Amino acid sequence: MAVLDKKSKEALTDPLMKNNPISLQVLGICSALAVTVQLNTAVVMTLAVVSVLSISNTVISILRKMIPGKVRIIVQLSVIASLVILTDQILQAYMYDISKQLSVFVSLIITNCIVMGRAEAFAMQNAPGKSFLDGLGNGLGYGGILISVAFFRELLGSGTVYGIPVIPDSFYAAGYQNMGLMVLSPGAFIILGLIVWAQRMVSGVEEE
Amino acid sequence: MHSNSYTIVFTSIVTIILGGFLSVAAGTLKEIQELNVENDSKKNILSSLGYEPNSDQLWTSDDITKLFELNIEAYVLNSNGERTNTDPATINTEVDKENLPIYVDKKDGIVNGYAIPISGKGLWSTLYGYFAIEPDGVTAKGITFYAHKETPGLGGEVEKPWFQNNFVGKRFIDEDGNLVGIKVIKGKADPGSPYEVDGISGATITSKGLESFLVDDLEKYEPFFRKIRSGGV
Repeated sequence: MAVLDKKSKEALTDPLMKNNPISLQVLGICSALAVTVQLNTAVVMTLAVVSVLSISNTVISILRKMIPGKVRIIVQLSVIASLVILTDQILQAYMYDISKQLSVFVSLIITNCIVMGRAEAFAMQNAPGKSFLDGLGNGLGYGGILISVAFFRELLGSGTVYGIPVIPDSFYAAGYQNMGLMVLSPGAFIILGLIVWAQRMVSGVEEE
Repeated sequence: MHSNSYTIVFTSIVTIILGGFLSVAAGTLKEIQELNVENDSKKNILSSLGYEPNSDQLWTSDDITKLFELNIEAYVLNSNGERTNTDPATINTEVDKENLPIYVDKKDGIVNGYAIPISGKGLWSTLYGYFAIEPDGVTAKGITFYAHKETPGLGGEVEKPWFQNNFVGKRFIDEDGNLVGIKVIKGKADPGSPYEVDGISGATITSKGLESFLVDDLEKYEPFFRKIRSGGV
């Protein structure tokens, strides 16, 4: 890959940590709660969001000078919606079981604030290349959190990692139990809260 | 500032391009999606009848098709429990109450079990699944659910093996030959009773719903199974 200039690099790397869409801007929380019971679904959801976000950012950025200001949100939304429907169709065709588990949450990427937010805040002002990187970065930033939440929820809630049991049987024999709370939504809130806390401590952000 | 006519032309073009693009995509993928849905229901029929993939290997769609073709005979019963010539694939079980599809696990002329589609309301959603019955027409052989939108961890537990395995070997016909169904008991079922299974804690409405639609669906097939029990088929 060619060396990126500083601005493009920032577009890609900022959302991963310093300006993470979930843990810093607290966007896209709903799906982060819903699809993180298992790593498997979280990974597929990440792929779906990364592809939708980077492609929609690129397309909208290409069209940005042509889009009439009055209807820009609707145009952005139609681009995003089409990409989401396409993603959903592809999942139904090639990853049927996972698409069943993700059910409605793939379609709900349309209303994911991150996708709309990046289209409006970044792609409408920047060149396609940079917008693509911004989409990629934000998608991965979102996915990173999703996958970490899913890792802890699956490990503590079901005793598995990516479907593979990791807690030895002797633990269960000694009275260890999977934490049922982690399988339910409150478990996601707790893990997510801890991640937001840890992340803000590391990056030293202060709430104004 | 763009003019109104520009806006109209621009949005029309965007709509046409996106619409065209999506219909092409949907059209191309349709066949493989339908195959997935069909395979999924075959998989559920097979697993309700007690078929399991060997070791840790998951079934491929070819395995499913092959197993299904080798072992399962699918046909449609009318409301008197008589076999008809209707193709089971054409029946929409939700709307059609007269035609009852049944999947018979048959090898070398010997019946090993029957699977029937079951569906009904839980708490949030309609549950869809299959219920399998031993050749005696009295004992449950298995149950599966392939679609529902119950709460994961609560009502959603209906799709878990611990719950489904409880049904195996239970009876839905009492000593006098009456259809009693299988009760889903809140908490622990009486281990001595052949007509009860453990309920799901925190999911009473899903459990009760399941209990009642299971009886309703069995009721529809009762003319057929009455014949089975009296040795008529």
